[in-house]
Amino acid sequence: MLCDICAKNQATVHLTEIVDGQITELHLCERCAKEKSSQMEQQFGLSDLLAGLVDFGKNIEEKEDLKLKCPNCKLTYREFKKIGRLGCSECYATFSKYLEFLLKSIHGANQHVGKIPGCPPLAKTKEKAKTQVLEAEDRLDELKDKLSQAIAQEAFEEAAKLRDSIKELETKEKQKKEK
Amino acid sequence: MALKDMLFHTSEWLKGTGPNSDVVISSRIRLARNISLESFPHWANEKQLKIISDKIQEAAKAIDIFKDALFLNLNDLDNVDKQFLIERHLMSHEHALNPVSKALIVDPQEIFSIMVNEEDHLRIQVMKSGFDLASAYKIIDNIDNAFAKKLNFAFSKSWGYLTACPTNTGTGMRGSVMLHLSGLVMLQQINKVLQAISKLGFTARGLYGEGTQATGNFFQISNQYSLGRNEQEIIDNINGVIQQVIEQEQLARQALAKQHKVMLEDRIWRSYGVLKNAYLISSQETIEHLSVVRLGIDLGIIKEVNKKAIDDLFILIQPSHLQKIENRKLTHEERDQKRAELVRKSLGVIRP
Repeated sequence: MLCDICAKNQATVHLTEIVDGQITELHLCERCAKEKSSQMEQQFGLSDLLAGLVDFGKNIEEKEDLKLKCPNCKLTYREFKKIGRLGCSECYATFSKYLEFLLKSIHGANQHVGKIPGCPPLAKTKEKAKTQVLEAEDRLDELKDKLSQAIAQEAFEEAAKLRDSIKELETKEKQKKEK
Repeated sequence: MALKDMLFHTSEWLKGTGPNSDVVISSRIRLARNISLESFPHWANEKQLKIISDKIQEAAKAIDIFKDALFLNLNDLDNVDKQFLIERHLMSHEHALNPVSKALIVDPQEIFSIMVNEEDHLRIQVMKSGFDLASAYKIIDNIDNAFAKKLNFAFSKSWGYLTACPTNTGTGMRGSVMLHLSGLVMLQQINKVLQAISKLGFTARGLYGEGTQATGNFFQISNQYSLGRNEQEIIDNINGVIQQVIEQEQLARQALAKQHKVMLEDRIWRSYGVLKNAYLISSQETIEHLSVVRLGIDLGIIKEVNKKAIDDLFILIQPSHLQKIENRKLTHEERDQKRAELVRKSLGVIRP
Protein backbone atom coordinates (compact mmCIF):
# COMPACT_ATOMS: atom_id res chain seq x y z
CA MET A 1 0.00 0.00 0.00
CA LEU A 2 1.33 3.45 -0.92
CA CYS A 3 1.34 6.50 1.33
CA ASP A 4 -1.84 8.64 1.14
CA ILE A 5 0.12 11.89 1.14
CA CYS A 6 3.13 11.44 -1.14
CA ALA A 7 1.90 8.33 -2.99
CA LYS A 8 5.54 7.33 -3.48
CA ASN A 9 6.68 5.32 -0.47
CA GLN A 10 5.25 2.25 1.20
CA ALA A 11 2.78 3.18 3.94
CA THR A 12 4.01 1.82 7.26
CA VAL A 13 2.00 3.97 9.68
CA HIS A 14 -1.75 3.46 9.86
CA LEU A 15 -3.99 5.93 11.65
CA THR A 16 -7.61 5.22 12.47
CA GLU A 17 -9.72 7.99 13.91
CA ILE A 18 -13.22 7.52 15.23
CA VAL A 19 -15.19 10.71 15.81
CA ASP A 20 -18.91 10.38 16.56
CA GLY A 21 -19.00 7.01 14.85
CA GLN A 22 -17.30 8.36 11.69
CA ILE A 23 -14.26 6.29 10.84
CA THR A 24 -11.41 7.85 8.88
CA GLU A 25 -8.30 5.91 7.96
CA LEU A 26 -4.96 7.33 6.94
CA HIS A 27 -2.01 5.31 5.65
CA LEU A 28 1.31 7.09 5.68
CA CYS A 29 4.96 6.42 4.98
CA GLU A 30 7.35 7.10 7.80
CA ARG A 31 8.51 10.45 6.45
CA CYS A 32 5.05 11.88 5.91
CA ALA A 33 3.91 10.53 9.27
CA LYS A 34 6.77 12.35 10.97
CA GLU A 35 5.87 15.59 9.24
CA LYS A 36 2.22 15.21 10.09
CA SER A 37 2.90 14.52 13.73
CA SER A 38 5.18 17.54 14.08
CA GLN A 39 2.47 19.67 12.46
CA MET A 40 -0.01 18.33 14.94
CA GLU A 41 2.29 19.07 17.84
CA GLN A 42 2.80 22.62 16.68
CA GLN A 43 -0.86 23.27 16.25
CA PHE A 44 -1.88 21.64 19.44
CA GLY A 45 -0.84 23.95 22.25
CA LEU A 46 -1.85 23.94 25.88
CA SER A 47 -4.47 26.62 25.37
CA ASP A 48 -6.16 24.49 22.68
CA LEU A 49 -6.16 21.62 25.06
CA LEU A 50 -7.79 23.72 27.75
CA ALA A 51 -10.29 25.22 25.36
CA GLY A 52 -11.05 21.64 24.34
CA LEU A 53 -11.64 20.66 27.93
CA VAL A 54 -13.97 23.59 28.45
CA ASP A 55 -15.82 22.45 25.35
CA PHE A 56 -16.12 19.03 26.85
CA GLY A 57 -18.75 20.37 29.22
CA LYS A 58 -20.91 21.68 26.42
CA ASN A 59 -23.79 19.45 27.30
CA ILE A 60 -24.37 21.63 30.35
CA GLU A 61 -23.79 24.87 28.52
CA GLU A 62 -26.51 27.20 27.32
CA LYS A 63 -26.20 29.77 24.62
CA GLU A 64 -26.72 32.79 26.85
CA ASP A 65 -23.87 31.63 29.08
CA LEU A 66 -21.42 32.65 26.39
CA LYS A 67 -22.32 36.23 27.30
CA LEU A 68 -21.81 35.64 31.01
CA LYS A 69 -19.44 38.37 32.17
CA CYS A 70 -17.22 38.77 35.24
CA PRO A 71 -18.49 41.88 37.10
CA ASN A 72 -14.97 42.69 38.29
CA CYS A 73 -12.76 42.40 35.21
CA LYS A 74 -15.38 42.17 32.42
CA LEU A 75 -14.02 38.95 30.93
CA THR A 76 -16.82 37.04 29.21
CA TYR A 77 -17.25 33.30 29.20
CA ARG A 78 -16.74 33.34 25.44
CA GLU A 79 -13.36 35.03 25.92
CA PHE A 80 -12.37 32.61 28.63
CA LYS A 81 -13.17 29.73 26.30
CA LYS A 82 -11.04 31.28 23.61
CA ILE A 83 -7.92 32.06 25.66
CA GLY A 84 -8.14 29.33 28.28
CA ARG A 85 -7.23 31.72 31.07
CA LEU A 86 -9.25 33.58 33.68
CA GLY A 87 -9.20 37.37 33.96
CA CYS A 88 -9.10 37.84 37.74
CA SER A 89 -9.88 36.05 41.01
CA GLU A 90 -13.58 37.00 40.71
CA CYS A 91 -13.86 35.06 37.45
CA TYR A 92 -13.64 31.89 39.51
CA ALA A 93 -16.93 32.79 41.19
CA THR A 94 -18.54 34.03 37.98
CA PHE A 95 -17.77 30.89 35.98
CA SER A 96 -17.86 28.46 38.88
CA LYS A 97 -20.38 26.17 37.17
CA TYR A 98 -17.92 25.42 34.38
CA LEU A 99 -14.78 25.56 36.45
CA GLU A 100 -16.07 22.86 38.76
CA PHE A 101 -16.04 20.50 35.80
CA LEU A 102 -12.86 21.86 34.21
CA LEU A 103 -10.76 21.70 37.39
CA LYS A 104 -11.85 18.14 37.93
CA SER A 105 -10.82 17.14 34.43
CA ILE A 106 -7.43 18.80 34.83
CA HIS A 107 -6.54 17.75 38.37
CA GLY A 108 -8.79 14.77 39.00
CA ALA A 109 -10.07 16.66 42.06
CA ASN A 110 -11.87 19.89 42.82
CA GLN A 111 -11.32 20.49 46.52
CA HIS A 112 -8.26 22.33 47.81
CA VAL A 113 -6.62 20.55 50.75
CA GLY A 114 -3.34 22.46 50.92
CA LYS A 115 -2.02 25.56 52.55
CA ILE A 116 -4.30 28.43 53.57
CA PRO A 117 -2.78 31.92 53.71
CA GLY A 118 -2.11 33.06 57.26
CA CYS A 119 -2.84 29.63 58.79
CA PRO A 120 -0.34 27.31 60.48
CA PRO A 121 0.84 24.39 58.31
CA LEU A 122 -1.55 21.49 57.98
CA ALA A 123 -0.91 18.50 60.14
CA LYS A 124 -1.23 15.28 58.23
CA THR A 125 -4.93 14.54 58.17
CA LYS A 126 -6.24 11.74 60.30
CA GLU A 127 -9.07 11.33 57.89
CA LYS A 128 -6.79 10.22 55.12
CA ALA A 129 -8.26 6.72 54.98
CA LYS A 130 -11.72 8.19 54.61
CA THR A 131 -10.70 10.44 51.74
CA GLN A 132 -9.13 7.47 50.01
CA VAL A 133 -12.44 5.66 49.99
CA LEU A 134 -14.09 8.77 48.62
CA GLU A 135 -11.43 9.05 45.99
CA ALA A 136 -12.10 5.51 44.85
CA GLU A 137 -15.82 6.24 44.56
CA ASP A 138 -15.16 9.40 42.59
CA ARG A 139 -12.86 7.52 40.31
CA LEU A 140 -15.53 4.86 39.72
CA ASP A 141 -18.11 7.48 38.81
CA GLU A 142 -15.66 9.08 36.45
CA LEU A 143 -14.87 5.78 34.73
CA LYS A 144 -18.54 4.94 34.36
CA ASP A 145 -19.18 8.33 32.74
CA LYS A 146 -16.35 7.74 30.33
CA LEU A 147 -17.66 4.28 29.56
CA SER A 148 -21.10 5.50 28.53
CA GLN A 149 -19.44 8.16 26.39
CA ALA A 150 -17.22 5.61 24.72
CA ILE A 151 -20.21 3.41 23.98
CA ALA A 152 -22.14 6.35 22.55
CA GLN A 153 -19.20 7.07 20.25
CA GLU A 154 -18.86 3.39 19.36
CA ALA A 155 -15.27 3.42 20.56
CA PHE A 156 -15.51 -0.19 21.63
CA GLU A 157 -11.83 -0.85 22.17
CA GLU A 158 -11.68 2.07 24.61
CA ALA A 159 -14.95 0.89 26.18
CA ALA A 160 -13.56 -2.59 26.79
CA LYS A 161 -10.54 -1.15 28.54
CA LEU A 162 -12.76 1.06 30.71
CA ARG A 163 -15.02 -1.86 31.59
CA ASP A 164 -11.99 -3.84 32.76
CA SER A 165 -10.71 -0.95 34.87
CA ILE A 166 -14.13 -0.56 36.48
CA LYS A 167 -14.30 -4.26 37.30
CA GLU A 168 -10.81 -4.20 38.74
CA LEU A 169 -11.54 -1.18 40.90
CA GLU A 170 -14.83 -2.64 42.13
CA THR A 171 -13.25 -5.93 43.21
CA LYS A 172 -10.45 -4.04 44.95
CA GLU A 173 -12.92 -1.92 46.90
CA LYS A 174 -14.96 -5.00 47.78
CA GLN A 175 -11.90 -6.78 49.10
CA LYS A 176 -10.96 -3.75 51.14
CA LYS A 177 -14.40 -3.59 52.70
CA GLU A 178 -14.39 -7.31 53.52
CA LYS A 179 -11.11 -6.93 55.32
CA MET B 1 25.80 43.78 43.42
CA ALA B 2 25.30 44.02 39.68
CA LEU B 3 24.26 41.39 37.16
CA LYS B 4 27.81 41.09 35.90
CA ASP B 5 29.02 39.93 39.32
CA MET B 6 26.96 36.80 38.90
CA LEU B 7 29.02 35.78 35.89
CA PHE B 8 31.68 33.72 37.61
CA HIS B 9 29.63 32.79 40.60
CA THR B 10 28.38 29.23 40.25
CA SER B 11 24.60 29.11 40.14
CA GLU B 12 23.06 27.28 43.04
CA TRP B 13 21.54 24.75 40.68
CA LEU B 14 24.88 23.82 39.12
CA LYS B 15 26.96 23.60 42.26
CA GLY B 16 27.10 19.84 41.92
CA THR B 17 26.49 19.38 45.64
CA GLY B 18 23.53 18.11 47.62
CA PRO B 19 22.04 14.61 47.81
CA ASN B 20 22.40 12.27 44.76
CA SER B 21 24.28 14.92 42.83
CA ASP B 22 25.66 12.41 40.31
CA VAL B 23 22.17 12.02 38.82
CA VAL B 24 20.19 14.93 40.25
CA ILE B 25 21.36 18.38 39.26
CA SER B 26 18.88 20.49 41.18
CA SER B 27 15.49 20.69 42.87
CA ARG B 28 13.15 23.59 42.33
CA ILE B 29 9.80 24.68 43.71
CA ARG B 30 7.67 27.47 42.40
CA LEU B 31 4.49 29.02 43.73
CA ALA B 32 1.97 30.96 41.66
CA ARG B 33 0.29 33.77 43.61
CA ASN B 34 -2.06 36.58 42.67
CA ILE B 35 -3.46 39.64 44.34
CA SER B 36 -7.16 39.41 45.01
CA LEU B 37 -9.42 41.30 42.55
CA GLU B 38 -6.56 42.67 40.42
CA SER B 39 -6.70 41.55 36.79
CA PHE B 40 -4.26 38.77 35.94
CA PRO B 41 -1.29 40.06 33.90
CA HIS B 42 -2.51 38.87 30.47
CA TRP B 43 -5.86 40.67 31.07
CA ALA B 44 -4.57 43.82 32.79
CA ASN B 45 -3.81 47.10 31.03
CA GLU B 46 -0.51 48.97 31.37
CA LYS B 47 -1.73 51.17 34.19
CA GLN B 48 -3.00 48.19 36.19
CA LEU B 49 0.23 46.27 35.57
CA LYS B 50 2.24 49.17 36.93
CA ILE B 51 0.11 49.37 40.08
CA ILE B 52 0.51 45.63 40.65
CA SER B 53 4.25 45.68 40.07
CA ASP B 54 4.72 48.66 42.43
CA LYS B 55 2.58 47.04 45.09
CA ILE B 56 4.59 43.81 45.00
CA GLN B 57 7.98 45.51 44.94
CA GLU B 58 6.98 47.78 47.80
CA ALA B 59 5.87 44.77 49.84
CA ALA B 60 9.11 42.92 49.06
CA LYS B 61 11.30 45.87 50.03
CA ALA B 62 9.79 45.76 53.52
CA ILE B 63 10.60 42.07 53.96
CA ASP B 64 13.90 41.18 55.59
CA ILE B 65 14.57 38.19 53.28
CA PHE B 66 14.91 40.59 50.35
CA LYS B 67 17.28 43.10 51.91
CA ASP B 68 20.19 42.08 49.66
CA ALA B 69 18.07 41.20 46.65
CA LEU B 70 18.29 42.84 43.23
CA PHE B 71 15.12 44.53 42.00
CA LEU B 72 15.12 44.61 38.22
CA ASN B 73 12.52 46.20 35.95
CA LEU B 74 12.59 44.27 32.70
CA ASN B 75 12.11 47.45 30.67
CA ASP B 76 15.54 48.62 31.85
CA LEU B 77 17.35 45.49 30.67
CA ASP B 78 18.80 44.90 27.22
CA ASN B 79 18.39 41.61 25.38
CA VAL B 80 21.73 40.20 26.46
CA ASP B 81 20.86 40.82 30.12
CA LYS B 82 17.47 39.18 29.74
CA GLN B 83 18.94 36.19 27.96
CA PHE B 84 21.62 36.01 30.65
CA LEU B 85 18.95 35.68 33.35
CA ILE B 86 17.13 33.01 31.35
CA GLU B 87 20.35 31.06 30.84
CA ARG B 88 20.86 31.10 34.61
CA HIS B 89 17.32 29.78 35.12
CA LEU B 90 16.33 32.86 37.10
CA MET B 91 13.41 33.64 34.83
CA SER B 92 11.44 32.19 31.92
CA HIS B 93 11.48 32.96 28.20
CA GLU B 94 7.89 34.18 28.50
CA HIS B 95 8.91 36.74 31.09
CA ALA B 96 11.38 38.34 28.67
CA LEU B 97 8.73 38.83 25.99
CA ASN B 98 6.70 42.02 26.17
CA PRO B 99 8.51 43.53 29.18
CA VAL B 100 5.98 46.24 30.13
CA SER B 101 5.74 46.53 33.92
CA LYS B 102 7.37 43.19 34.49
CA ALA B 103 9.99 42.87 37.17
CA LEU B 104 12.36 40.33 38.63
CA ILE B 105 13.55 40.12 42.23
CA VAL B 106 16.72 38.06 42.47
CA ASP B 107 18.71 36.74 45.36
CA PRO B 108 22.46 37.36 44.82
CA GLN B 109 23.05 33.74 45.86
CA GLU B 110 20.55 32.77 43.15
CA ILE B 111 18.59 30.52 45.47
CA PHE B 112 15.35 32.41 45.00
CA SER B 113 13.90 34.65 42.31
CA ILE B 114 10.49 36.21 41.90
CA MET B 115 8.95 37.01 38.54
CA VAL B 116 6.46 39.86 38.82
CA ASN B 117 3.66 39.94 36.22
CA GLU B 118 4.60 36.83 34.32
CA GLU B 119 1.56 34.56 33.84
CA ASP B 120 0.56 35.31 37.44
CA HIS B 121 1.25 38.41 39.54
CA LEU B 122 3.92 36.51 41.45
CA ARG B 123 5.88 33.48 40.44
CA ILE B 124 8.16 32.67 43.35
CA GLN B 125 10.86 30.08 42.75
CA VAL B 126 13.47 28.50 44.99
CA MET B 127 16.28 26.36 43.70
CA LYS B 128 18.57 23.99 45.61
CA SER B 129 21.47 21.88 44.47
CA GLY B 130 20.96 18.13 44.33
CA PHE B 131 17.87 16.15 45.31
CA ASP B 132 16.42 18.32 48.06
CA LEU B 133 12.84 19.51 47.57
CA ALA B 134 12.26 19.59 51.32
CA SER B 135 14.74 22.43 51.96
CA ALA B 136 13.54 24.28 48.87
CA TYR B 137 10.00 24.10 50.26
CA LYS B 138 11.07 25.41 53.66
CA ILE B 139 12.59 28.51 52.07
CA ILE B 140 9.70 29.17 49.70
CA ASP B 141 7.14 28.66 52.48
CA ASN B 142 8.82 31.44 54.46
CA ILE B 143 8.85 33.79 51.48
CA ASP B 144 5.19 33.03 50.78
CA ASN B 145 4.22 33.65 54.41
CA ALA B 146 6.09 36.94 54.48
CA PHE B 147 4.25 38.13 51.36
CA ALA B 148 0.90 36.92 52.70
CA LYS B 149 1.26 39.38 55.59
CA LYS B 150 1.54 42.30 53.17
CA LEU B 151 -0.56 41.29 50.17
CA ASN B 152 -4.11 40.02 49.98
CA PHE B 153 -3.70 36.84 47.96
CA ALA B 154 -6.48 35.56 45.70
CA PHE B 155 -7.72 32.46 47.51
CA SER B 156 -10.89 30.42 47.77
CA LYS B 157 -11.67 27.80 50.39
CA SER B 158 -12.74 25.21 47.87
CA TRP B 159 -10.19 25.87 45.13
CA GLY B 160 -7.19 27.24 47.01
CA TYR B 161 -4.90 29.80 45.39
CA LEU B 162 -6.53 31.22 42.26
CA THR B 163 -4.30 31.50 39.22
CA ALA B 164 -4.60 32.84 35.67
CA CYS B 165 -4.47 29.35 34.23
CA PRO B 166 -6.66 26.69 35.85
CA THR B 167 -3.83 24.15 35.54
CA ASN B 168 -2.10 25.88 38.49
CA THR B 169 -5.11 26.39 40.74
CA GLY B 170 -5.00 24.88 44.24
CA THR B 171 -1.60 24.91 45.87
CA GLY B 172 -0.24 26.93 42.93
CA MET B 173 2.80 24.78 43.45
CA ARG B 174 5.02 23.01 41.00
CA GLY B 175 7.97 21.00 42.23
CA SER B 176 10.55 19.93 39.71
CA VAL B 177 13.74 18.00 39.77
CA MET B 178 16.41 18.26 37.08
CA LEU B 179 18.08 14.99 36.28
CA HIS B 180 21.04 14.00 34.16
CA LEU B 181 19.93 10.71 32.61
CA SER B 182 22.72 9.96 30.19
CA GLY B 183 22.80 6.24 31.05
CA LEU B 184 19.13 5.71 30.26
CA VAL B 185 19.44 7.72 27.04
CA MET B 186 22.47 5.74 25.91
CA LEU B 187 20.72 2.44 26.56
CA GLN B 188 17.61 3.77 24.79
CA GLN B 189 15.50 3.13 27.86
CA ILE B 190 14.58 6.73 28.44
CA ASN B 191 11.25 6.72 26.59
CA LYS B 192 9.99 3.84 28.65
CA VAL B 193 10.82 5.70 31.83
CA LEU B 194 9.29 8.97 30.62
CA GLN B 195 6.10 7.22 29.52
CA ALA B 196 5.72 5.58 32.92
CA ILE B 197 6.24 8.96 34.58
CA SER B 198 3.53 10.64 32.54
CA LYS B 199 1.07 7.91 33.44
CA LEU B 200 1.66 8.72 37.11
CA GLY B 201 0.71 12.36 36.68
CA PHE B 202 4.14 13.86 36.14
CA THR B 203 5.61 15.69 33.17
CA ALA B 204 9.13 15.61 31.80
CA ARG B 205 10.57 18.62 30.05
CA GLY B 206 13.90 19.82 28.69
CA LEU B 207 16.56 22.02 30.23
CA TYR B 208 14.66 25.31 30.01
CA GLY B 209 11.19 24.22 31.07
CA GLU B 210 7.97 24.28 29.15
CA GLY B 211 8.18 23.48 25.47
CA THR B 212 11.93 22.96 25.37
CA GLN B 213 13.84 19.97 24.07
CA ALA B 214 15.90 17.71 26.22
CA THR B 215 19.44 18.76 25.37
CA GLY B 216 22.44 17.16 26.98
CA ASN B 217 20.31 14.38 28.47
CA PHE B 218 18.89 16.76 31.06
CA PHE B 219 15.29 16.21 32.05
CA GLN B 220 13.07 18.21 34.36
CA ILE B 221 10.39 16.12 36.01
CA SER B 222 7.53 17.89 37.73
CA ASN B 223 4.07 17.34 39.16
CA GLN B 224 1.13 17.96 36.89
CA TYR B 225 -1.66 18.32 39.43
CA SER B 226 -1.86 21.12 41.95
CA LEU B 227 -5.40 20.70 43.31
CA GLY B 228 -6.66 17.99 45.68
CA ARG B 229 -3.29 17.25 47.26
CA ASN B 230 -1.49 19.28 49.87
CA GLU B 231 2.05 20.58 49.51
CA GLN B 232 3.61 17.79 51.52
CA GLU B 233 1.81 15.11 49.50
CA ILE B 234 2.96 16.66 46.24
CA ILE B 235 6.55 16.69 47.46
CA ASP B 236 6.30 13.10 48.77
CA ASN B 237 4.92 11.95 45.41
CA ILE B 238 7.67 13.61 43.42
CA ASN B 239 10.30 12.24 45.78
CA GLY B 240 8.93 8.72 45.37
CA VAL B 241 9.02 8.89 41.58
CA ILE B 242 12.42 10.56 41.40
CA GLN B 243 13.89 7.96 43.75
CA GLN B 244 12.88 5.28 41.28
CA VAL B 245 14.21 7.16 38.28
CA ILE B 246 17.54 7.57 40.09
CA GLU B 247 17.66 3.82 40.68
CA GLN B 248 16.89 3.13 37.01
CA GLU B 249 19.61 5.51 35.91
CA GLN B 250 22.11 3.92 38.25
CA LEU B 251 21.22 0.46 36.95
CA ALA B 252 21.63 1.72 33.40
CA ARG B 253 25.05 3.12 34.22
CA GLN B 254 26.11 -0.15 35.81
CA ALA B 255 24.88 -2.11 32.79
CA LEU B 256 26.78 0.21 30.46
CA ALA B 257 29.97 -0.14 32.45
CA LYS B 258 29.70 -3.93 32.52
CA GLN B 259 28.16 -4.99 29.23
CA HIS B 260 29.04 -2.17 26.88
CA LYS B 261 32.34 -1.09 28.33
CA VAL B 262 34.17 -0.48 25.05
CA MET B 263 31.25 1.35 23.44
CA LEU B 264 30.94 3.51 26.54
CA GLU B 265 34.63 4.34 26.71
CA ASP B 266 34.63 5.11 23.01
CA ARG B 267 31.75 7.58 23.38
CA ILE B 268 33.27 9.25 26.41
CA TRP B 269 36.80 9.69 25.06
CA ARG B 270 35.49 10.84 21.67
CA SER B 271 33.39 13.54 23.31
CA TYR B 272 36.36 14.56 25.41
CA GLY B 273 38.44 14.64 22.24
CA VAL B 274 35.98 16.91 20.44
CA LEU B 275 35.84 19.35 23.34
CA LYS B 276 39.62 19.53 23.59
CA ASN B 277 40.20 19.97 19.88
CA ALA B 278 37.31 21.94 18.39
CA TYR B 279 37.92 25.46 17.12
CA LEU B 280 34.31 26.16 16.21
CA ILE B 281 31.49 24.60 18.18
CA SER B 282 27.77 25.34 18.69
CA SER B 283 26.20 25.42 22.14
CA GLN B 284 24.04 22.42 21.28
CA GLU B 285 27.05 20.29 20.32
CA THR B 286 29.02 21.47 23.34
CA ILE B 287 26.23 20.53 25.72
CA GLU B 288 25.88 17.07 24.16
CA HIS B 289 29.60 16.36 24.61
CA LEU B 290 29.79 17.92 28.08
CA SER B 291 26.97 15.62 29.09
CA VAL B 292 28.90 12.52 27.98
CA VAL B 293 32.09 13.75 29.65
CA ARG B 294 30.16 14.37 32.87
CA LEU B 295 29.02 10.74 32.77
CA GLY B 296 32.65 9.71 32.19
CA ILE B 297 33.68 11.58 35.33
CA ASP B 298 30.81 10.11 37.38
CA LEU B 299 31.83 6.59 36.28
CA GLY B 300 35.49 7.23 37.10
CA ILE B 301 36.58 6.74 33.48
CA ILE B 302 37.88 10.29 33.10
CA LYS B 303 39.93 11.21 36.15
CA GLU B 304 41.95 14.15 34.91
CA VAL B 305 39.05 16.64 34.80
CA ASN B 306 37.36 18.38 37.67
CA LYS B 307 33.58 17.90 37.55
CA LYS B 308 32.98 21.45 38.65
CA ALA B 309 34.82 22.73 35.58
CA ILE B 310 32.38 20.76 33.42
CA ASP B 311 29.33 21.91 35.36
CA ASP B 312 30.43 25.55 35.11
CA LEU B 313 30.86 25.18 31.35
CA PHE B 314 27.21 24.16 30.91
CA ILE B 315 26.37 27.74 31.91
CA LEU B 316 29.31 29.72 30.58
CA ILE B 317 29.17 28.45 27.00
CA GLN B 318 25.69 29.88 26.41
CA PRO B 319 25.34 32.85 24.01
CA SER B 320 24.69 35.64 26.52
CA HIS B 321 27.29 34.37 28.96
CA LEU B 322 29.95 34.39 26.24
CA GLN B 323 29.00 37.96 25.35
CA LYS B 324 29.16 39.02 29.00
CA ILE B 325 32.62 37.44 29.33
CA GLU B 326 33.85 39.24 26.20
CA ASN B 327 31.93 42.35 27.19
CA ARG B 328 30.69 42.98 23.65
CA LYS B 329 28.21 41.70 21.12
CA LEU B 330 29.40 38.63 19.23
CA THR B 331 28.23 37.28 15.90
CA HIS B 332 27.15 33.70 15.59
CA GLU B 333 30.48 32.60 14.21
CA GLU B 334 32.47 34.58 16.79
CA ARG B 335 30.48 32.86 19.51
CA ASP B 336 31.26 29.41 18.15
CA GLN B 337 34.92 30.35 18.09
CA LYS B 338 35.02 31.93 21.57
CA ARG B 339 33.05 28.98 22.92
CA ALA B 340 35.56 26.48 21.57
CA GLU B 341 38.37 28.58 23.01
CA LEU B 342 36.77 28.75 26.44
CA VAL B 343 36.14 25.00 26.51
CA ARG B 344 39.72 24.16 25.48
CA LYS B 345 41.10 26.51 28.13
CA SER B 346 38.90 25.04 30.85
CA LEU B 347 40.08 21.56 29.90
CA GLY B 348 43.70 22.66 30.21
CA VAL B 349 44.62 22.63 26.52
CA ILE B 350 47.35 25.18 25.83
CA ARG B 351 48.43 25.72 22.25
CA PRO B 352 50.46 28.57 20.79
